[in-house]
Amino acid sequence: MTETVSFPQDRTCPYQPPSAYQPLRAEGPLARVTFYDGRSAWLVTGHAEARALMSDPRLSADRMNPAFPITIERAAQIRRTRTPLLGVDDPEHNTQRRMLIPGFTVKRAAAMRPQIQRIVDGLIDRMLAQGPPAELVSAFALPVPSMVICLLLGVPYADHEFFEEQSRRMLRSGSAEEFEDAREQLENYLAELISGKEKKPGEGLLDDLIDDQLRTGALTREDLVTFALILLIAGHETTSNMISLGTFTLLEHPAQLAQLRADESLIPAAVEELLRFLSIADGMVRVATEDIEIGGRTIRADEGVVFANSTINRDGTAYASPDDLDWHRSARHHVAFGFGIHQCLGQNLARAEMEIALRSLFTRIPDLRLAAPAAEIPFKPGDTLQGMIELPLAW
Amino acid sequence: MRIEIDPDICIGAGQCVLTAPGVFTQDDEGYSMLLPGREDGAGDPLVREAARACPVGAITITDG
Repeated sequence: MTETVSFPQDRTCPYQPPSAYQPLRAEGPLARVTFYDGRSAWLVTGHAEARALMSDPRLSADRMNPAFPITIERAAQIRRTRTPLLGVDDPEHNTQRRMLIPGFTVKRAAAMRPQIQRIVDGLIDRMLAQGPPAELVSAFALPVPSMVICLLLGVPYADHEFFEEQSRRMLRSGSAEEFEDAREQLENYLAELISGKEKKPGEGLLDDLIDDQLRTGALTREDLVTFALILLIAGHETTSNMISLGTFTLLEHPAQLAQLRADESLIPAAVEELLRFLSIADGMVRVATEDIEIGGRTIRADEGVVFANSTINRDGTAYASPDDLDWHRSARHHVAFGFGIHQCLGQNLARAEMEIALRSLFTRIPDLRLAAPAAEIPFKPGDTLQGMIELPLAW
Repeated sequence: MRIEIDPDICIGAGQCVLTAPGVFTQDDEGYSMLLPGREDGAGDPLVREAARACPVGAITITDG
């Protein structure tokens, strides 16, 4: 066997998949990769195989399984505690997910559009009032989804500096100790918030969950806190990265940006294509509970499987000229939100936020441009969600 | 064309509604359902795409 590639890899361009995964595609839709701890697993790079495997019940999300692969050292402790929702299989997962579905339907996302628009407009007003230059991550890309998820959950936005900082420590810190400390601080904060809401109910999804699930005994207090933690982090980190990286990518593709400016009806298709093209979340992990034959390979029971979404979504057998950013293709069936029972719960809300944020930003600030050479603008390393660390802009 | 949605499998991701809004909708609980009068797909070419977009394969299409 040839030397295996290590996972995860950094990107060399913020909107292109890591080039180190590219040669793996020559090995077929599945290849071997090695993690920091020397363990190895299958990396899926084929689109059809990814869709089949992501919805295969023989792959488990149970992080307490000793064979569950850990790709990042700081998250090594996740094996010790049961994680509802993300880390459980059906039928348990199904029961938990069903408690959350009503809050995340297409209709609910559409109903939130006026509120999202107000949030976006308020932040752009402030950027314009302060004048150029602006740093987009702190002025816009992070506050938009943060304010939206606070509104949806019923979390006070006044606490945003605290929870954004703890999320950053969980997603980007160097050590397992820091990851655990950040998680504990967030859990304590949310447990206190939930107790407060039990005494004095407010408005939001957490209040609904207290009424419908906690009081009826359908959900434990501990699981409600973890639900809140997952929704809060997933709700602001992912969309924030899509807004910052999406803006950078559009500014680096002036022809495609000009098409959007000329025809706003392209925006939903553009958001879908950006989701495919940017694929900010590589590294979804599973463990096989039985042998699985796929793509000419056999995944043995207890072997790990990792999905390289950035590479899967550039599979030439699924998308013609996959490396072109093209609003006129059908980007449908990308796996940027995953596939199968764990597919992103907040995807419809995320689409609404991205559409409104990108449309408003480029409409209201038509001469928006990078305020630093593109190659000097820092972006995130490969061991976390992809996006810009900072995005200096002028107009 | 006959379209069936298995409510035990549906996870309310809403991908059918997003893909073929002329045929599919979601009830208040989030589960997918067919719009009244569109149970046969109403000739919408996106119905098959909607079935393929379902992350859990809850939609079955039978021709005839």
